[in-house]
Amino acid sequence: MTVADLGILRDVAIVDGVAVAKVTPTYSGCPATLAIELAIETALVEAGFEARIERVLSPAWTTDWISAEGREKLRAYGIAPPEEASGSKLALFGEVTVHCPRCNSTATEKISEFGSTACKAQYRCTACREPFDYFKCI
Amino acid sequence: MALFDAVLELADDHLVLGHRLSEWCGHAPMLEEDLAMPNMALDLIGTARTLYDYAATLEGQGRTEDDMAYLRGEREYRNLLLCERPNEDFAQTMLRQLYFAAFMHPYWQAAAGGGDEVIRGVAGKAVKEMAYHIRHAGEWVIRLGDGTEESARRMKDAVEALHLYTGELFEEGAAEGVDALPSRAAIKPAWEATIDHIFGQALLSRPVVQYPQTGGRRGLHGESLGHLLAEMQSVYRAHPGATW
Repeated sequence: MTVADLGILRDVAIVDGVAVAKVTPTYSGCPATLAIELAIETALVEAGFEARIERVLSPAWTTDWISAEGREKLRAYGIAPPEEASGSKLALFGEVTVHCPRCNSTATEKISEFGSTACKAQYRCTACREPFDYFKCI
Repeated sequence: MALFDAVLELADDHLVLGHRLSEWCGHAPMLEEDLAMPNMALDLIGTARTLYDYAATLEGQGRTEDDMAYLRGEREYRNLLLCERPNEDFAQTMLRQLYFAAFMHPYWQAAAGGGDEVIRGVAGKAVKEMAYHIRHAGEWVIRLGDGTEESARRMKDAVEALHLYTGELFEEGAAEGVDALPSRAAIKPAWEATIDHIFGQALLSRPVVQYPQTGGRRGLHGESLGHLLAEMQSVYRAHPGATW
């Protein structure tokens, strides 16, 4: 899983000899934002570039920017990827059917609106009994 | 500097309410809420950081977001009185969150189409987060209001304790005449519709307020804000310039 798969890395370009990476946070208060920015900067410096990170807020990140490959990697890791397009009212009001990342059953139920990180909710599968994280749709 | 003052007011609302929510961490009535409230606090504090940073840029005096948050005293804080109200019990905390989010959701929706790029960026993110906060807090208000005799009593007490602070939400404050920000007064019908929708299911009604409380925008706060700031600012003030 890469930051590009997640749609967090918006752009990388060489500007006047400096590698400028544009990064957007998932949630306003995501504590990983700084760690991700540092990791990108470190990677660029290690590759021999002079690097600068720019944080962009607009347009706001949406789960629609997670690539098809990114969604597959999330599922393989045991995190259910977001189900609906972010514009969907159904998604906003939580009336979604979430597939279990283990057995693909739709017999799942929400345990908690908020999970281990700001971007996830906790679910469990009533078919295979596995608890799992669901990447919330925003 | 009207935009600077207006941005600072918004930032203070978010930081103070975010800090209040974070006080529940480790004390929530159940594990799910112990995750939920700090998560919502993160949304609010994240929004506050961006707004403080923007205010500091607008001011152009070399202050940072940390200076704004940690080096201003009680009388310099411009937050709504609603945001600083003590947590008291869980019913009050959830109602306070609903009152605030039910205002901020339509407010950010309106701001997302405004003429200021930074505000548009903040609004685009925050509007989605506020929708979650309304849903989460609203579900609890309904569950408690239409719950047991005890939970219903506490929810009614919460309405009694907090409703008198809601009028301040609609005061324009420093944002009066600032094009980049929506009119706060114009948000009232949307706010009332959300509250009525939830109160209807929670068997609650909006009370008529005899003595509305206001003054936060002029730096006139309740006693509890001083306690909150003392705790929040003590480390930064004891170790000026420390970074982590």
